[in-house]
This record gives sequence, structure tokens and C-alpha cells, in this order.
Amino acid sequence: MLPTLEEIPHTEYSNLGLTQEKAHQMLRKMLEIRRFEEKVEELFLVKGVLVGPSHLYLGQEAVAVGVLSALNDSDLMVTTYRCHGHALAKGVPAKMVMAELFGKATGTCRGIGGSMHSAIYPKVGSLYATAIVGSGIPISAGIGLALKHLKDERIVVSFFGDGAANTGAFHEGLNLASLWKLPVLFVCENNLYAMSTRVDRSVAGTEIYVRGATYGAESQAVSGNDVVAVYSAAKAAAEKVRAGEGPFFLECRTYKQKGHGAYDKGEYRPKEEVQAWLGKDPIQGFVANLKTAGLLSDDELREMDSQVRVIVEDSVSFATDSPVLDFDSLSQYVYA
Amino acid sequence: MRELTFVDALREALREEMLRDPKVVLIGEEIGVFGGAYKVTRGLLEEFGPERVRDTPISEMAIVGASAGAALAGLKPVAELMYMDFVPIALDQIATQAAKMRFMSGGALKVPMVLRTQYSLGRVHGSQHSQFFPSWFFQIPGVKVVLPSTPYDAKGLLKSSIRDENPVIFVESGLLYRTKGQVPEEEYSIPLGVADVKRPGKDITVVAFSRLVLEALKAAEILEQQGISLEVVDPRTVQPLDMKTIIDSVKKTGRLVVAADDVKTGGLGAEVSAAVVEEAFDYLDAPIVRVACPPIPVPFSPTLEQAYMPNSDKIANTCVALLG
Repeated sequence: MLPTLEEIPHTEYSNLGLTQEKAHQMLRKMLEIRRFEEKVEELFLVKGVLVGPSHLYLGQEAVAVGVLSALNDSDLMVTTYRCHGHALAKGVPAKMVMAELFGKATGTCRGIGGSMHSAIYPKVGSLYATAIVGSGIPISAGIGLALKHLKDERIVVSFFGDGAANTGAFHEGLNLASLWKLPVLFVCENNLYAMSTRVDRSVAGTEIYVRGATYGAESQAVSGNDVVAVYSAAKAAAEKVRAGEGPFFLECRTYKQKGHGAYDKGEYRPKEEVQAWLGKDPIQGFVANLKTAGLLSDDELREMDSQVRVIVEDSVSFATDSPVLDFDSLSQYVYA
Repeated sequence: MRELTFVDALREALREEMLRDPKVVLIGEEIGVFGGAYKVTRGLLEEFGPERVRDTPISEMAIVGASAGAALAGLKPVAELMYMDFVPIALDQIATQAAKMRFMSGGALKVPMVLRTQYSLGRVHGSQHSQFFPSWFFQIPGVKVVLPSTPYDAKGLLKSSIRDENPVIFVESGLLYRTKGQVPEEEYSIPLGVADVKRPGKDITVVAFSRLVLEALKAAEILEQQGISLEVVDPRTVQPLDMKTIIDSVKKTGRLVVAADDVKTGGLGAEVSAAVVEEAFDYLDAPIVRVACPPIPVPFSPTLEQAYMPNSDKIANTCVALLG
């Protein structure tokens, strides 16, 4: 187990080799996710355009962006039903994710998958998104097995939440991945709540990342609302995984600013807790650090924000104007 | 032609496909060092090494989930679950993951994997090691289900299953492992979804699955002496189910008996019967009758288990009564 990595002060940025260009890329992606999810929430709650389950990533942007910025574009990804942020951070076009949420034929899954699988887009290495908690962990181990067997240099990152840490699939998959030294970067996004159940009511024993060490994997916890800390931890972790040292278990401590799904106001959470975490907003924090470090101007931020707003608005127009798949063609997607 | 046991035929299929395609890997409990609980994989670890014959911990979810993941990323895994009773432990990974991956990705993913398992009804294994529930998978579009009855079929169907680009559940009957049959030396495979008329006849169609194909053939021998002619149809795969061959047979005989080792309620026989009624009602001269297990769990006592199971006598008696 490595020592927990707390927030990294901006004075360390240059020592970490974080260039202004890279920092801007990361911030732009976090903003894209933020504006995308705000739009999704609006389309659900205000406009009633979107239907079905939709799990927002608001507040967790630093995790997907930090981890995926530390990996190669060609690396593979498995994620969960809370997957819009991972999809965008992995490079899935926003318009295809939005069209999938609309159930349109132009979506990542032709409108067959929906929000919970909208990240599936193998063209950019986004291989799978599962809606059953914990189930992606053995699947990620299997992807790692294939990569190792085929002597492929890529690794697979497997995102899941704190709730997954209590499933059988988690323990079986982690044990197998570690036993066979498979190239998997496990990323547990501990956002404090599995649906409405807080981790202190569901996770026994010590902290979640310790469970990685229990199975012989290197493990570490990191402040998940600091994108630079996540980036830094994930970069070091990925190097170990790529070197053939077996899986790495990274617990990113973050918070979902909204409830479980778009419909859930999250009223079971103490107000002070919500306020405290809103005060640690990953985007505001990163912006403040970059400004203090002289790496970001107000104009640059405005420009960035307007760019991502255009991307999001375009994605809604694209999804709105797209057709629905022909029902008679559905059966052709059941079997290869 | 040479004779092989069912086990040897399965092993030959695995070995030939491993030689043919380096992406075929075996994953399961006790399949390597121990050679397989039923020796199906004996010798393969020595020949292909531990990277291709992977012994696993007792982790059924991980065996199936890792196989599905490996299939997504370019391998062709053949997983083994020692008993069909262990399938429910891994059911999420089969039914909700592997079976859905292609569909819910809009065709972007494919999952070329085989899940081999066996059921031990008739081998005195009690309630938790004898279950047989292939009909569950009628409710899981996205998987194929194979039930071989002879060494020849077992080899040819397993080869096709490994080459298939979908998740295939390949269910063997433990009672068949030591049976022998002719298997040619030369290369062959049998397409999935094609039934086989194991014995032509004219009075009654008996659709029998897996082990009961042999029992139905015995029943046909018995009844031949009484002047009753059974046509024995072996669907060989349950999903897809070759209803055309079954219906063609029913059109000829006008009578149908369905024999399967599962519990009668909602089982294989129920689906075949319903489909025949829907598509060939006018050709039926008698009610369809199912020979299957009663709706109680499998008992241990050998005497009770034998009484519980379908067999050639039960099939023969049912046929006689049907003509009554």
C-alpha cells in the first residue's frame, strides 16, 4: 500500500511535468462533462425530454479526466452505468453519447443500450459499460488476460464505485487479476454513497483501497476531487501495471454532487456534508489553482467554457434530429 | 470407423481447435494439473502449457466473467463449470453480461466464448449436483445452447461452438461420458441449430434431448418388437432450436412425445409442445405427451433417483399409452 495522496499544491505542477497545454486539455474535458451533465439533468427534470435511468457524474469529473489523461489513448476501458463522464473523457463524441441517451440510431449503441451503456464505443477503446454493480471487475480481468496473452502493450482501466467493493464479483475478479498478474488498473470511485447507503453503513473493516492490497495488488487512495492528484497517482499506477507488475488498485475519494440518479434529490445526505463537498468542487478548485499559478486567464476560461457549451448544444440538436432505429432491424443485433 | 468415448471425443475437439487457433484458451477449475474432474482436458496442460490451460480458483463468476472479457478483447475462451449446478453462481455473467453485450452495444461487440458444463443426474450426486435447466436459457436471447448426445455429435458440435462468434453454453450429460460411438479420424464439424433424425419411424415422433436420445433409441428397439415404429429426433441444439425438422417429423407421424431430463414444468418439453401446437396443430392426431422429471428436487438414494429419472421404459410406456 502506498501512502494516501492528498491535494497537490499548484507550486508542484511544474515538478510533475504538467504543462499548460495538458492542464488546459484536462480542464476543458472536465468542463465538457460538467456542461453535458447539467444539460442532461435539465432535459430530464425541467424539459422531460429524457426518460429512464440516468446517473449523473457531476462532482466526480476529476476522476475520469485525471485517470484517462494519465493513460494512452489506445488503452481500454470498462465502466459502469454512471458512465457519461468516462465516455467523454475517453474521447467518445458528445453527440453520440447524447444521441444514445435520446435512444436514437446515431447513438453509441444505436439507441439500444441507453444511458447506462452509452459509453460503449470500442473505436476509442471504450469497451464496456455495465449496469450491474461489480460485474465489470471480472470482465476487466478477462480483458487484461487477453491483453497479456496476446502480448499487447495496452492496459485496461476498470472504473467502479464504492458499492461494488461489497459484491462477490469484486472479490473474485480482484483475486483472479492479482493471481494472474493481469494488466488492470482498478479505479474505485468512492463517492461516499451506494445509492443512498453511506459507506460507513456498508463497508466493513478498514478502507476500500486496503482490499486491493489484501489480494496482493499495489494500492493507494487519492484525493479524488483534485484532478492533478488523480492524474499523478494514475500515471504512476499505470506505469507499474504496464511494466507487468499486475493490477493496481486506486481508490479515488470523491462525492456525487447530486443523488443516485437524475430523479434523486439526495435528501438523505446531511446538508453540512453536501456543502462541504460543494466547497471542494473539482473544477472550481482546479481553476483557482491554475489561475494562482498563472496558467489560466479569465479570457481563456470563458473561451473554453463557451466552446464546450457549443459542443453540448450541438449534441442535443444532433440527438433531437436523429432517427430511431427501425424495430424490425433489432433482431440482427442479438447474435453475431 | 474407430470408436471413441464421449470424453475422448470432447478432448479431441478441444485439442484440434487449440492447434488450429492460438486464441483458444481453456479456463476452469481443476482442468489443468488435475486433468479435469471428468478427464475431458487430460493431457492438454502438458501439451499447451499453463497460459492456454488455466486452472482457476473456485470462482465461477470470475471464470465466466473473465472469459467474457477475454472474448471481448480477442481471445476465444472455453470455460468449464464442473457442474451445471454451478451455473447459477455465475448467472449474471452469462445471462446479463455475455448474452447482452452484443445487443446492447448495437452490434459493436462480439463475445466468442464457450461455457462447457455437465449435469450429473443419474450419478447419485444428490439435489445440489444433479440439476439440469437448459430451458432457463430460452429466456436469454443472446446465448446458444448445445446438448450433444453422441461422441460424434459432441466433437462436431464442440468444434462449431468454439468457432462460433457468440456465447455458447455446451451442456454435457455426465452419464454419457463413458459411452462410445463412431468418430471419424478426418476433420468435420456439425453446424449449430440443425437437428438430427437419429432413427426414422412412422407412428410417433420422440423428440429427445441429450442422454435421453439413447433412452429413446432403446425404447424404439423395444417397441419395434411390438410393431410400433418410433422416429427419434435429436435437436442437438436448444438455442437455436430446429423446429422445422421436428415439425416435418410430426407431420409424418401425427404424434409427439418429448423426453428431457429437466423438471417438466416450463421445461424443454413445454417449449417444443407449444411450438408444435402453434405451427402444426392440424397434423396432430393425439395429445402431445412429455416425459420428464417431476417438480421436486433430485433425491440422493439411488433407488429414488432411478424412479425420479426418465428412462427407456418410461418413454416406451408413454408411447404405448399414446397409441392405446
